[in-house]
Amino acid sequence: MKELTLDAKIENIPSLMAFIDEWLEGLECPVKAQMQIDVAVDEIFSNIAQYAYGPEGGSAAIRLEFDEADRTAMITFIDSGAAYNPLTKADPDVTLSAEEREIGGLGIFLVKKTMDAMEYRREDDRNMLTIHKRI
Amino acid sequence: MKIDKKLEGSTLTLALEGRLDTTTAPELEQVIRAELDKADALVLDFGKLEYISSAGLRVLLSAHKAMAKKGGMKVTHVNEMVMEVFEVTGFSDILTVE
Repeated sequence: MKELTLDAKIENIPSLMAFIDEWLEGLECPVKAQMQIDVAVDEIFSNIAQYAYGPEGGSAAIRLEFDEADRTAMITFIDSGAAYNPLTKADPDVTLSAEEREIGGLGIFLVKKTMDAMEYRREDDRNMLTIHKRI
Repeated sequence: MKIDKKLEGSTLTLALEGRLDTTTAPELEQVIRAELDKADALVLDFGKLEYISSAGLRVLLSAHKAMAKKGGMKVTHVNEMVMEVFEVTGFSDILTVE
């Protein structure tokens, strides 16, 4: 298991992405799955950076685990912000025209569509969101 | 992300290289805003784009709306990864993808 803790700020996304990519490359993850995981990380971490904390900010931890038997990568995002389960959010209507479109909710929807599983739990006043991807 | 600008007649072509995500989407938004007055039509060349996240989709949608009032916008050389995102999100029905 590997873990990285950093300030929940948009400008930390590139260093988080480098941490994730280095791990996935070590696991010989196929390029397509790596891109999908990178998009998922961008969506989830940017949500935490923008919404988890007030102006005073806070930190987030990213935990990486790999199940050898299933060749499944698991990434858990942990923050101490307000309780928020993104999985309870209704899926956006993707059939609407450009004029009627709202972008909110599209990120998490994309993550749901490209990952094999996602789970949320609230533990010790922390949000813990895990994504699973077979690689 | 790298953005190459080319203006031919009234068509502005922006060739993107790298990743269009939360960190880089504001750069594209800025370039489009700064250059749009000079052009009637906008072409986004995604030949060297690796992937797009929802922050990138947001910029594409607002550019599409702005260009709809002028000569339109099209997205070219879309790779499999980006096309899948367009299809899952219904953007393939909204955007002109060539």
